[in-house]
Amino acid sequence: MPKSRRVQIPVGPQHPALKEPESFLLTLEGEVIRDAGVRLGYNHRGIEKAAEGRSYIQDIYLIERVCGICSHSHSTCFIQAVEEIAGLEVPKRALYIRTLIAELERVHSHLLWLGVAGHEVGFDTLLMYTWRDREVVMDLLAALTGNRVNYGLNTIGGVRRDISPEQKTQILKAVDVLEERTRYYIGVATEEATLIQRLSGVGRLSKEDVLRLGAVGPTGRASGVKRDTRKDDPYGVYAEVEFNVVTSDQCDVYGRTLVRVGELMESYKIIRQLVKAMPEGPITVKAPRKIPTGEALSRYEAPRGEDVHYVRGNGTERPERVKVRAPTLANVQAVGHMLKDGYLADMPIVVAAIDPCFSCTDRMISVTDGRSRPGVMTWEQARTHGIEWHRQRGLDFTDLNRRFASGGVH
Amino acid sequence: MSPEQQIELDLVRQFPVLQAKVRIQRARRIFVDVPSERFQEVFDYLVKKAGFTILCTITGLDLGDRLSALYHLARESGIVLTASVAVPKEAPIIQTVTSTFPAADAYEREMKDLLGMQVQGLPPGNRYPLPDGWPEGQYPLRKDWRPPDQKERPADTKESMNA
Repeated sequence: MPKSRRVQIPVGPQHPALKEPESFLLTLEGEVIRDAGVRLGYNHRGIEKAAEGRSYIQDIYLIERVCGICSHSHSTCFIQAVEEIAGLEVPKRALYIRTLIAELERVHSHLLWLGVAGHEVGFDTLLMYTWRDREVVMDLLAALTGNRVNYGLNTIGGVRRDISPEQKTQILKAVDVLEERTRYYIGVATEEATLIQRLSGVGRLSKEDVLRLGAVGPTGRASGVKRDTRKDDPYGVYAEVEFNVVTSDQCDVYGRTLVRVGELMESYKIIRQLVKAMPEGPITVKAPRKIPTGEALSRYEAPRGEDVHYVRGNGTERPERVKVRAPTLANVQAVGHMLKDGYLADMPIVVAAIDPCFSCTDRMISVTDGRSRPGVMTWEQARTHGIEWHRQRGLDFTDLNRRFASGGVH
Repeated sequence: MSPEQQIELDLVRQFPVLQAKVRIQRARRIFVDVPSERFQEVFDYLVKKAGFTILCTITGLDLGDRLSALYHLARESGIVLTASVAVPKEAPIIQTVTSTFPAADAYEREMKDLLGMQVQGLPPGNRYPLPDGWPEGQYPLRKDWRPPDQKERPADTKESMNA
C-alpha cells in the first residue's frame, strides 16, 4: 500500500469511550489522523424551546437538567440572568451558598474527570481511587441539598436551603479529606513517569489556537490562556474570595490534567473561605412571578469552562427566549484541531480531555435477573453488595475504609 | 468615566448612527442595536479596534416580523458587549463571522437550523443540531412553530406548550 494512502473511518455516533453520542469522521494515513470532522446534535432535546413554554420557576428545574454533572452551573447561570432582568438584590448569604455549592460541584466534576482520564489511558487504579474519593463530595452535596446531582438549590431571588453550623463542620472535615487525597493525586500526576509519558505531547493545542478557536475552561488554561470567568467577570461572591487561576504551558492532555488537579486545591481554598466568611441573614428575597420586559447575559465558570446564558423577558411569567451555550460547544472546534496529526489510539483520551458533558444521575440501580423479574436496589444496598462481592473474592477494604472515614488515609 | 461609558463614547464618535442605540445595563454589560447595513463595519471595529476579541456565543431571536442575531462579544477584562442586528423574516440574510471566529460555525449553523436564518459565506459542513432527515422549512425556534404531531402528545405536554 502506498504510504500516502488515506482512509476515512467513521467513529460514532456512540463515543469511543464515553457514554455520550457524537460522531467523528476521521481521515487516516496509516495510524495518524490527518483530518477530523465532528457531527453533533444527537443529544438535542429542544430545551430552549421547552423553556419558552414554561414558567420561570419550572425552567429552573428544566435548565438544571441541561447537564447531569454541572447542573448547578446551568441553573445558576440562568437564574443570574433572570434576577438581573427582575432587578432583584439577592441576599449575601444566598450568594455564599450558591458559590459554595458551585465549588463543591467543580470538585466532584474534576475528580470524575481525573478518573475518566485514568480509565482512558488504561490506568484504572486511578479511576477506582478518584471515584471512591469523589463519593466524599457527592455525599456532602446530598447532605447539603438533598441530591447527588440536580441539586434543586436555586430559586429566583436566592436559595432554597440554608446551611447549618453542623453542616459547616461537616464541609470542613470533608474538605480536609479531599485535600489530602488531592495532594496524593498531584504526586501521581507529577511523579508517575508512565502517566506523564502517556499524556505528554498528546492532543496538542497551542495558545494561538485556543485564542483563534475560542476554547474555554481548563482546555484553554492548559495552553497558557489565563481566562477564568470567576476572575474576569466575577459573579456570586468570587470577588470576595482569594484564589489563583491555574494555568499550564504544556498545551497537551498532560497540561489539562495538571490544571484540573491544581484547580481542585484552589476550590478547597475557596470553600474554606466561604464557610468562614458566610454572613448571617435571609437566604431569599421575594421574587415576582412575572418577570419584566428586558434582557440579560449571564456568564459562569462551569467545571468545563465558560457557560453562557441569554434570557429575554416579556413581562409574563414565561421567558420570551432562553439561550444556552454550554462550554463543550465552544471546545468542539478545538477537539478537531487537537486530533489532527495525532495517533488514532490517542483519540479517546484527547476527546475526553476537554471533559465533554454526560449524565451521571444514577442513585438507584434496576436489576433484571434474566427471567424478567425486576428488582430494585437502593444506593446503600448496591454499595454494600459491591463491597461484599469483592470481599468474597479476597479483596477486603474494611480497614482502609475505616481509616478513610476517619480522614487518616495516607 | 467608567470603561463602559468610554466604550459608548468611542463607539458613537466612530459611528454617529449608533447615537441612543447603546445601553449600559450594568457594570460589564453593554447592549447595542446596530442597523443591518452598518453591521459589518461596526462588528469589525469592535473586534479589531475596540478589543472585543472573544465571541461568547450568538443568540438568534424571532421578533415576529424580523429575525435578530445577537453577537455577545467580550473583552479580556470581562466586559461583554452584545451587538444585535435585525433582518426581515422573509429574507433573513446575515453574513458569516467564521473568518474572524472559527468557533462561530456551530452558533451560526444553530441559527440556520432552528430559526431559518440564512448565513452567507458559511463554509460547507454538517448541519447542527437537527438530524439530516429533518423536513425543509421547519424552524422549531420560531414562535409560530408547533411540533407537527402535537395532537398525539401527552395531555400535560400539550397543555404546557399551548398555554
